[in-house]
Amino acid sequence: MKFGVVTFPGSNCDYDAYAAVKHVMHGDVEFLWHKSEDLAGSDVIILPGGFSYGDYLRSGAIARFSPIMKQVIKFAESGGIVMGICNGFQVLTEAGLLPGALMRNSHLRFSCKFVYLRAERTGTVFTSSISKGTILKVPIAHGDGNYYHFEGDIRKLEENDQILFRYCDQSGQVTSEANPNGSLHNIAGIVNAEGNVLGMMPHPERACEPILGSEDGLRVFESVRIWCESLRPVGKV
Amino acid sequence: MSITKKATVFVRLKDGVLDPQGVTIQKALAQMGYPDFLSVRSGKFFELEIDGNASDIDRKINDVSSKLLANPIVEKFTVEKA
Repeated sequence: MKFGVVTFPGSNCDYDAYAAVKHVMHGDVEFLWHKSEDLAGSDVIILPGGFSYGDYLRSGAIARFSPIMKQVIKFAESGGIVMGICNGFQVLTEAGLLPGALMRNSHLRFSCKFVYLRAERTGTVFTSSISKGTILKVPIAHGDGNYYHFEGDIRKLEENDQILFRYCDQSGQVTSEANPNGSLHNIAGIVNAEGNVLGMMPHPERACEPILGSEDGLRVFESVRIWCESLRPVGKV
Repeated sequence: MSITKKATVFVRLKDGVLDPQGVTIQKALAQMGYPDFLSVRSGKFFELEIDGNASDIDRKINDVSSKLLANPIVEKFTVEKA
């Protein structure tokens, strides 16, 4: 199986994502240029973190119209696996592939620090090897990570079990003190209704080796690999 | 001779969507000695120049506003034509 990492002008976590797959997981991975319309046979597309198009207008708003995104949208709509990390999450909400919007952090500051995430659901593409309630230590680095949606739509996300990760404290308690940006319901990561598109603000690719302070992020990438290689039900995402 | 037309698109957060920037500005005003300003909502505007010969200008302005200039999930827009 093969990962494809999209590079937009202003992406700055594309190499981190590439390295996590290539050098830590020893997987197959290729960079995909934003002007290309070819996904190069990738089984999983990663939209990496960064500041695509300088975050002009709104984070992700311009990247969403780049040539590669036409193919990514088609790929996602036909059940292809797409992971949007940080700016990638913002691009996916702008593209309408994930519900809601990522607003300015409620405290208006850029936050760059380790946080704890609680896995809310196991058995998905992205949490196939993470059991429910697992606490992951992963960094955040964003100014616009405040997840917002109308209350009725948030309720739908809860009912459909689309919330994969919530900000929590070290012991796994979901508290307002553990919420780094004002996200509603401490939402850190969600999937679409079909479960093949993930968006998360924290950076699992920056937490894949002990020297980086945590290896917990690798479990997300490993989950995707394991899902693709063995768990994938025939004919389904 | 080519004629250009002008339009301004104002983008605002929808009612009920928290505007931390506006709240911070309002607090700053109170601290500066202007407690009479009870609320501030921030937004942005875009000045567009349009080819005067273009057809369907109103529809096109509406299209670009809803597709790109505003995010319809959290924002609304109004158009003023010069």
